[in-house]
Amino acid sequence: MGPALTKPVSSCGAASETSQAPGADVLVRVRGLHFHRGEQRIFDGVDLDIPRGLVTAIMGPSGTGKTTLLKLISGQLRADAGTIEVDGREIGSLSRSELYALRTRMGMLFQSGALLTDLNVFDNVAFPLREHAKLPESVLRKLVLIKLEAVGLRGAVALMPSELSGGMARRVALARAVALDPMMIMYDEPFTGQDPISMAALVSLIRQLNDASGLTSIVVSHDVAETAAIADRIYIIANGQIMASGSAEQVAASDSAWVRQFMDGEPDGPVHYHYPAAPLEQDLLRSAVH
Amino acid sequence: MARIRLTEILVGAFMVLGFVALFFLAMRVSNLSLASAENGYSLSARFDNIGSLRVRAPVSMAGVRIGRVTQIGFDQETYQAVVTMHIDAQYDQIPSDTFANIFTAGLLGEQYIGLDPGGSPDMLSAGDRIEFTQSALVLEQMIGQFLLSKAEEGGE
Amino acid sequence: MLDSLAGLGRGGLAALASLGRAHLLLWGIIGGLPSMLLRPRLLIAQIYNLGVLSLLIIVVSGLFVGMVLGLQGHYVLSQFGAAESLGVMVAASLVRELGPVVSALLFAGRAGSALTAEIGLMKATEQLSGLEMMAVDPVKRVLTPRFFAGLLSMPLLAALFSAVGVIGGWFVGAGLLGVDDGAFWGQMQSKIDFHEDVLNGVIKSLIFGLVVTWIALFEGYDTSPTSTGVSRATTRTVVHAALAVLGLDFILTALMFGG
Repeated sequence: MGPALTKPVSSCGAASETSQAPGADVLVRVRGLHFHRGEQRIFDGVDLDIPRGLVTAIMGPSGTGKTTLLKLISGQLRADAGTIEVDGREIGSLSRSELYALRTRMGMLFQSGALLTDLNVFDNVAFPLREHAKLPESVLRKLVLIKLEAVGLRGAVALMPSELSGGMARRVALARAVALDPMMIMYDEPFTGQDPISMAALVSLIRQLNDASGLTSIVVSHDVAETAAIADRIYIIANGQIMASGSAEQVAASDSAWVRQFMDGEPDGPVHYHYPAAPLEQDLLRSAVH
Repeated sequence: MARIRLTEILVGAFMVLGFVALFFLAMRVSNLSLASAENGYSLSARFDNIGSLRVRAPVSMAGVRIGRVTQIGFDQETYQAVVTMHIDAQYDQIPSDTFANIFTAGLLGEQYIGLDPGGSPDMLSAGDRIEFTQSALVLEQMIGQFLLSKAEEGGE
Repeated sequence: MLDSLAGLGRGGLAALASLGRAHLLLWGIIGGLPSMLLRPRLLIAQIYNLGVLSLLIIVVSGLFVGMVLGLQGHYVLSQFGAAESLGVMVAASLVRELGPVVSALLFAGRAGSALTAEIGLMKATEQLSGLEMMAVDPVKRVLTPRFFAGLLSMPLLAALFSAVGVIGGWFVGAGLLGVDDGAFWGQMQSKIDFHEDVLNGVIKSLIFGLVVTWIALFEGYDTSPTSTGVSRATTRTVVHAALAVLGLDFILTALMFGG
């Protein structure tokens, strides 16, 4: 039996199977994470706890490796050192098939949606169901329509991805990500480049999905206002380290210079405005000499 | 769904076209014949000089191709070339005193084996050796002989 | 001086690493054969993309190449009074060399570059990552059907090229230039050997199909997911595939017909 039939259809608001209170249990445990790409050290000894059933936000300036963190958690990249435990299983020690089995319980929403361009909306949402759950076509059809209804796009069922707007494509990708009723969803920059209306729709969707199904959500973003509005926990990462962590209120009230610059949106502070260079007079004089 | 159906039909047509082309090449362009080379028998012959005879050269009788040369070897004891040829099964009435000659097709053509039938009532069968052979004409030897005979004529 | 030596060394090592990655990818692709056989629809769709859509260029090119062979061949052969051997000349050139090689080059240009661009774009739009996240191996799902479709289509396309070329040569030679129709086909049929010529040509085209499709898929899969990356990868596919086909052709010809 595929996973879709063992859990109640989550978008209808049924309670999750785990009877623990949200936040009491840690779903993803990261300890001592080290990772580098080329010359750059992306993570330099990072510890993270993603509590079950809550929305955790990972924020920070661009290029600090937030997307890399998602790829490390899902096993697409291998850490140089440290452990990453998802639901009690250590990612680095899993075999290929075990990793794939674990991934059917994780959903990921990519920045661009990443819909398969040669399939229409229905087939895209049905894809994970057809791959991993052996369902008769009639049951599958109803399931897909319900998922699409939850994101408000049931009417777009016959369109091709090229005919969708960016926001609509992301919502279809979200329906696809929850098709197998995963235990957690990772959102990679979901709010980037969205107009206020689709932004509001997405924000409320993320919160609703999380609460209705007892999901764990990890949101990677640098949109401070939107993310802070729905996050239960926030981590701010910069320079390969955790700069701040805690509940949304705690982080908002923090007096670390890093956090203040990020949360308040200051152009200059611990993250410098100017790229490192020689003093201005030196540069100007030098070009005058030549 | 209709698009998938059309795609499948076109792919099927493509595969059929491709195989028809291969079939055409096999049957109409090459020498593949349905009377295949499995039926037939081997004969051998020894020559002092095979000239430029090659494997797969035709074996003809009265100008009709009845077989092919399959193997060319060299006997180190008798210093002769050993030619094995395959004769099509339907030509089984070759007398045992047949001559095997090496002729040239046209002026510049390739060399082939021409069989001159003898008169013996016995016929050759599989594995038999053709006893009477004539080697290929070598151009240099012919010229040498011609010059020699011309010199003798002039000398008299 | 030392810098350029070091650069050369780095380049060589990078090329070796590339070659290694390409081989690893090939193993992954071939390993996907069992699961692809469970989903024949994927293979059929790809044979359509690679084979059927290349039909036009292959057939038209084959026709023209055959006709030119007929023209040029007749011009040269008639100087030796050997115009009746035109059939052999056209057929031998096509079946042994031009059929496999030219159709492989055309295939590399049309289908190979399309493959690379498609895979590269899928990589750039994170579709391959998406498949990974949905616990579907993108190599087995996306690359394997395309590989076997290319492998299957290539010999068929080469055979079509040769067949149409022979007909083109016949049309020009026997139809327009007055070569005797019977001599054209008769000499051809006695001189062209099925095993030596036709089958060897098929083997060549199979090997070319393998190499061209492999290069196209690797370049697309390996490209950096940017627009310049994809366009460079497409160029590399056509260039590397063409060079590989010509180089392999020399080796194969020497092996098969050198004797």
